[in-house]
Amino acid sequence: MQFNLLLLAVLGLAVTPAMAEPPHGGFGRPATPAEIAVADIDVRADGAGAPPGRGSVAEGEALYASTCAACHGDKGQKPMSPALRLTGGRGTLTTPSAVLTVGSYWPYATTLFDYIRRAMPFQAPQSLSADQVYALTAYVLRLNDIVPDGTVLDADTLPKVRMPNRDGFVRNPDG
Amino acid sequence: MPNNAVGLSRRGLFQQAGVAVTVASTAAQANEADIPPWTLEQGQPVTDVPYGTPSGFEKSVMRRTRETPLFPTAASMLTPLQDLDGIITPNGLHYIRNHAGTPTIDPDRHRLLVHGLVDRPLSFGMDDLMRFPSVSRIHFLECSGNSGQYKTGQYKADATVQHTHGLLSCAEWTGVRLSDVLAEAGLKPGAAWILAEGADAAALTRSIPVAKALDDAILAYSQNGERLRPEQGYPLRLFLPGFEGNANVKWLRRLKVGDQPFQTRWETSKYTSLMPDGVARQFNFTMEVKSVITRPSPGRGLRHPGFCEVTGLAWSGHGRIMRVEVSTDGGGSWQDAALDGPILPKCLTRFRLPWSWTGGPASFQSRATDETGEVQPTRERLLASRGPNYYYHYNAIQTWAMAPGGEVKLAV
Repeated sequence: MQFNLLLLAVLGLAVTPAMAEPPHGGFGRPATPAEIAVADIDVRADGAGAPPGRGSVAEGEALYASTCAACHGDKGQKPMSPALRLTGGRGTLTTPSAVLTVGSYWPYATTLFDYIRRAMPFQAPQSLSADQVYALTAYVLRLNDIVPDGTVLDADTLPKVRMPNRDGFVRNPDG
Repeated sequence: MPNNAVGLSRRGLFQQAGVAVTVASTAAQANEADIPPWTLEQGQPVTDVPYGTPSGFEKSVMRRTRETPLFPTAASMLTPLQDLDGIITPNGLHYIRNHAGTPTIDPDRHRLLVHGLVDRPLSFGMDDLMRFPSVSRIHFLECSGNSGQYKTGQYKADATVQHTHGLLSCAEWTGVRLSDVLAEAGLKPGAAWILAEGADAAALTRSIPVAKALDDAILAYSQNGERLRPEQGYPLRLFLPGFEGNANVKWLRRLKVGDQPFQTRWETSKYTSLMPDGVARQFNFTMEVKSVITRPSPGRGLRHPGFCEVTGLAWSGHGRIMRVEVSTDGGGSWQDAALDGPILPKCLTRFRLPWSWTGGPASFQSRATDETGEVQPTRERLLASRGPNYYYHYNAIQTWAMAPGGEVKLAV
């Protein structure tokens, strides 16, 4: 570093904080806006990262039947396994056999959107459009009686959905 | 010892039956006065084995699953702790917990993106990352669900330590200090959490505190001296010493720096712990002090009264193991076990206790204490404090019950 600064000084170049070299001399290359855009798919609890697009409960219902019901059950009923259960369980968190679902446990609706967008459907992840993910999110929330019929979700309305167990978490000191 | 005993009894049988034992008979039938056949001829050509595998006589030493999974790509495989010595897990036996199978990633096409609250968003190829100074550290890795099924009493009667504790492995991990990579990008003021994302079909994401990233986190590309195995994240994984397995994101493709946690599925609906009051603990990262006896253990019982080495493993995500006590009478009395050195932080520690078996029943337990003074709890104490819905981070004292004949079974 010292040598480099000296070299720059010898060459008569101005050294400003903005030009300060990274500690290891520039490993890697600047990330391009295009590669950030294609990789940056997360949606945070405050809605940061939610993409343009929109989807309704009705659109989600049709898509769910063709894309999700085989594993998660028709209208969320009778899933292939308890781990795939999306609905029910409200009021069970203080019982000896808590049932953890989107409706009973998940604190943020954005998490549902983010997870469908990145990992579902299981056999074809990241194949859905933003509109489709908004629609499926709306439908699964409808199945849990969290939003009414006619709901349309988008980047503005998604983070405003209040989940029943929103205040059900405490952060461990690790976090 | 057991092999000799079997050989002697077989020879006795043959002699009683008047069977002539000749050089031509199989190895199992060979007279002990004969020179074994492998001494009388050249072995396998040395140059036939470019990458070695275990002896064909060790085929029973393998990873196993607890039960047939509903989806074969969302499943786990457990390390056969009962068959291993020392503290290092061979790479082919390291436990696996994948949520979308094991991807096949071309390292020349794999890149790590670092962006968000940084001065310089950067993209690294594997060759870029290998230019950084490297570090090698021996650490355990434990799935947060290890031993979790035991709590719910779902193990089969013939469960072994592989089934109860096999989501645990230990390796020497080599890679780049994450703090070096972050310094290259430059953290902006307010940077507090980092989203780590995998390149598999689950695109698994966890939020990691910046404090941990700057402390001892590694971007690992090697495991026990060779490149990561595909199922361990080839070509790049996050390694967070002492943190629960799932936070050590495999096939790492992206680090996004933010000012708050991202609240991903894996840190909200999964890997959180519901307490009796209905409130769940979140970001419960550090694996607590724990130990288990690996021999004697179910399927690894005793045959001969007399000397027996009771041995096992102890570990803590909070630091070094300071003490392991062993009981052979179900916790009635305890003896300090010897600890194999060097005792490393956030690493498996092998313990041993010489013991003499009189031939009667026994009830084996081990109890570890780490350098923070934390003592491994009893099952009763742990369940009383956590309630019926707490699944992850089960670290209670394990009991193995031995019958008078020497057979050992899991005991609740």
